[in-house]
Amino acid sequence: MNPLLILLIIPLLTIVGIALVKDVTKVRLVSAIGMSAQLVFAFILLYFFYQQRHAGNTDDMLFVSTTMWYESFNIQLKFGIDGISMAVIMLTAIVTFAGIFASWQVDHLPKEFFISLIILAGGVFGFFISLDLFTMFLFYEMAVIPMYLLIGLWGSGPKEYSAMKLTLMLMGGSALLLVGLLGIYFNSAPDGGRLTYDLTEIAKVTIPLDAQLFFFPFTFVGFGVLGALFPFHTWSPDGHASAPTAVSMLHAGVLMKLGGYGAFRVAIYLLPEAAHELAWIFIILTSISVVYGAFGAIWQKDLKYINAYSSVSHCGLVLFALLMMNETATTGAILQMISHGLMTALFFALIGMIYGRTHTRMINEMGGLMKVIPFLSVIYVIAGLASLGLPGLSGFVAEMTIFVGSFQHTDMFHRVATIVAISSIVITAVYILRVVGTLLLGPITNSHYLELKDAQWFEKISGVTLVIAIAIIGLTPFWLSDLIREPLAKMIQTLTN
Amino acid sequence: MRLEVLLTFMVLYQLIADLSEKENKRLVINFTIIFFAIITIIGFFPSENTTLFGSMYINDELRMFLKNILNVSTLIVLLQSTGWLDKPENQSKTGAFYLLIFSTLIGMYFMISAGDFLMLYLGLELATLPLTILAAFDKNLRRSAEAGIKLLMSSAVSSAVLLFGLSLMYGVYGTLHFSEMALLTDASTLSIMALIFFIAGLGFKLSLVPFHLWTADVYEGSPMPVTSYFSVVSKGAALFTLALVLYRVFGPQPKVWTMTAYFLSITTMVVGNLFALRQKNLKRFLAFSSITQAGFMMLGFVNNEALGLNTIVYFMLIYSLSNLAVFGVLSIVSNNTGKETMDDFNGFYSTNPRLSLIMLLALFSLAGIPPVAGFFGKFFLFTAAASKGMYILVLIAVLNATVSLYYYLLVVKAMFINKNETPIPNLASTGYEKLALSICFAGIVAIGFVSAIYDYVLTLVG
Repeated sequence: MNPLLILLIIPLLTIVGIALVKDVTKVRLVSAIGMSAQLVFAFILLYFFYQQRHAGNTDDMLFVSTTMWYESFNIQLKFGIDGISMAVIMLTAIVTFAGIFASWQVDHLPKEFFISLIILAGGVFGFFISLDLFTMFLFYEMAVIPMYLLIGLWGSGPKEYSAMKLTLMLMGGSALLLVGLLGIYFNSAPDGGRLTYDLTEIAKVTIPLDAQLFFFPFTFVGFGVLGALFPFHTWSPDGHASAPTAVSMLHAGVLMKLGGYGAFRVAIYLLPEAAHELAWIFIILTSISVVYGAFGAIWQKDLKYINAYSSVSHCGLVLFALLMMNETATTGAILQMISHGLMTALFFALIGMIYGRTHTRMINEMGGLMKVIPFLSVIYVIAGLASLGLPGLSGFVAEMTIFVGSFQHTDMFHRVATIVAISSIVITAVYILRVVGTLLLGPITNSHYLELKDAQWFEKISGVTLVIAIAIIGLTPFWLSDLIREPLAKMIQTLTN
Repeated sequence: MRLEVLLTFMVLYQLIADLSEKENKRLVINFTIIFFAIITIIGFFPSENTTLFGSMYINDELRMFLKNILNVSTLIVLLQSTGWLDKPENQSKTGAFYLLIFSTLIGMYFMISAGDFLMLYLGLELATLPLTILAAFDKNLRRSAEAGIKLLMSSAVSSAVLLFGLSLMYGVYGTLHFSEMALLTDASTLSIMALIFFIAGLGFKLSLVPFHLWTADVYEGSPMPVTSYFSVVSKGAALFTLALVLYRVFGPQPKVWTMTAYFLSITTMVVGNLFALRQKNLKRFLAFSSITQAGFMMLGFVNNEALGLNTIVYFMLIYSLSNLAVFGVLSIVSNNTGKETMDDFNGFYSTNPRLSLIMLLALFSLAGIPPVAGFFGKFFLFTAAASKGMYILVLIAVLNATVSLYYYLLVVKAMFINKNETPIPNLASTGYEKLALSICFAGIVAIGFVSAIYDYVLTLVG
């Protein structure tokens, strides 16, 4: 059996386990065990991945297995991973693990909550290991739909509105995507062979240019909606702000990465000529995303909204870098995916923990938290510094690589776009430092805060895991960039040919 | 032919049972259901291809399979109707109910097996007239009577339209035999008109827009099992008949009917969706939802090859089970509490978690969300349309699917999210009702993953 399937089997078993047990503590325990096992398995997989590579296996995809599913449509259950998928799988495992611990205190219908959360995570794992467009799309929708219940049932604020908006916009995106995928499928054999949904097979053929030009926007925008591409990002602030902690973490940390990953692996990689032709439109849109998101964050007073807008900005940067289509920039994009995934998950976890104590998320109602909850505050500062790109933390590595890469384009258009995007770093610094200043430093504004307790053990697990991951990437980025550079180099080579 | 014969015996049995057993209706119900379950199983045994009455009646593997789909659906409807028949005011109607249901089913068999337009028309009338009585079955309710009259009037009109189309066809081709017509091609305006009248006539049955106006009122007024029967079995028979005639008889000249299907599909999806958005009564809601689904079915007709027919049949199979699951839950609620509006379902999950979960899966299946079966059905329909290069149509369809997700989620929201001081109490369902829901549940969950089912349909069609 393909070892990748274990990534799907563990969540499945966990769900069954949760359904079987009765009381709350056991539900938590089963979820925690399941997702810890998943994390451990992800590390084992990483180990075997390296081992295969060191043994001289230079295939594009490792652990490939193919099972025919729908013979007449040539739909296969084809799984396999390369360095990029390996990296995002690690990210997903870490964030899911942290997410389970961050939602330890969910007491309203805990069973249903953890089941939905794990379905979401399972969908994401399935998406990242799929090499068949149909299966990929299936997992994509499976990851999105639990969001409705997760936000609607356990969210806060205008949760019903946000849940509906998020679900419909993302499903609308996947509707566009479906048209794009069908278009790719029916053009996957221009020389008269068998039509296929197989990613690696389609990459070998050249789809006719007019078809590429027609379907690229559908595919790119379809994934772009999930990646918060301007002007389709409006689900993101509302959705993230209303979602419960773990869901924001998983959604901003992992699910939004599906957008970037898919946009690169499907839209850009399979339709390269159209990507070159039409990149300028989307570079403009993503530049707007980057700057608009950052400015949006400045105007917000709600911590979750600040972070949601900052996600729009950072995920915009991912798409921006992918559209540059050179090795350095795309490496930066993948690094940014991982870095932002960890960092934003950490932010949302912390916001959830702070909100659980102060019962407000408005920054102007809080102050001086550093004195009462030093542990959480210090982690918040670390996350903030990573977000504004301080050297030594993951954000710096990613953004630096992106901007170096995009500056390699020497023409005026790319230069201007890059400079516009770079300006977001300054704006990011403004809102991050402002939050840190008012929220954590300064005098304690409310005497009630003096009685606050610092992090409990499960919160520490959640926070520390993510901080360690951020620091590792920041200090030793080479192991990650080695992992992703190799497949990227090959992909970029095919793109430029 | 064995199904028709067995079912005729069923009808005769109902007449006798109604005479003899006045007191204990339970016995009749049990016997009928077991006997019909046996008939359903018999239907799955392989049979020879037969033609009878000078090939006015044709039976082959595909037609047998279509009848089996109708049989399974009818069986589920019968299982669901037990709760309704148990009510004191309905007990006297048991025999008549079964009699009428089985009569229409025989009519539908003949529609599917028709080898001649006359036979088709005969079957259609047999399938329609008893339905009007069924619609008016709650004889003390005004709206039920209204439903009966409305259905009678619109069926009469649709029959007239269909007959007009048939007479034009006879004028053009000089025959009404399928096998003879399939050999002739005629592109005259008259033959186009004939075909369009024919599609319009069956469009009434399928409730395609603009022939849908009767649907909501009839669905709302009819008793729950009858509505369920309308939306699945009656619709299925009309769809299968339309598909068989178009693909088998008019297959050589597809241009007219694929274009008709193109436009009917768009109008049906859009109008059905727009009206479904605002419905509060769940029966009306499902009426418009089923109109929208009919619009999706029309997508398949855009493809005039085997792929089109195949995806239509496959989609109908999945749609039947999904819709029946929704009706199964509704009828349990309606029988016990009489509640039928969306607001009544607020807080349903807190008291009836299992029914809510089945309803959730069924609604997701209707909306086309993976991993339940509806996703596969819709995806393949879209594939069929896209294989003809109709990407704009597919785009309109997928956007409509997104809109339909909105109102399906409204029901989910009512059940799971909305709070309610006095939710529907925990309902006990009978064994029959549980069995019905289990069949639907198993189908919804499994069909998509088991590709063999799709391949089987493909071998029948291909």
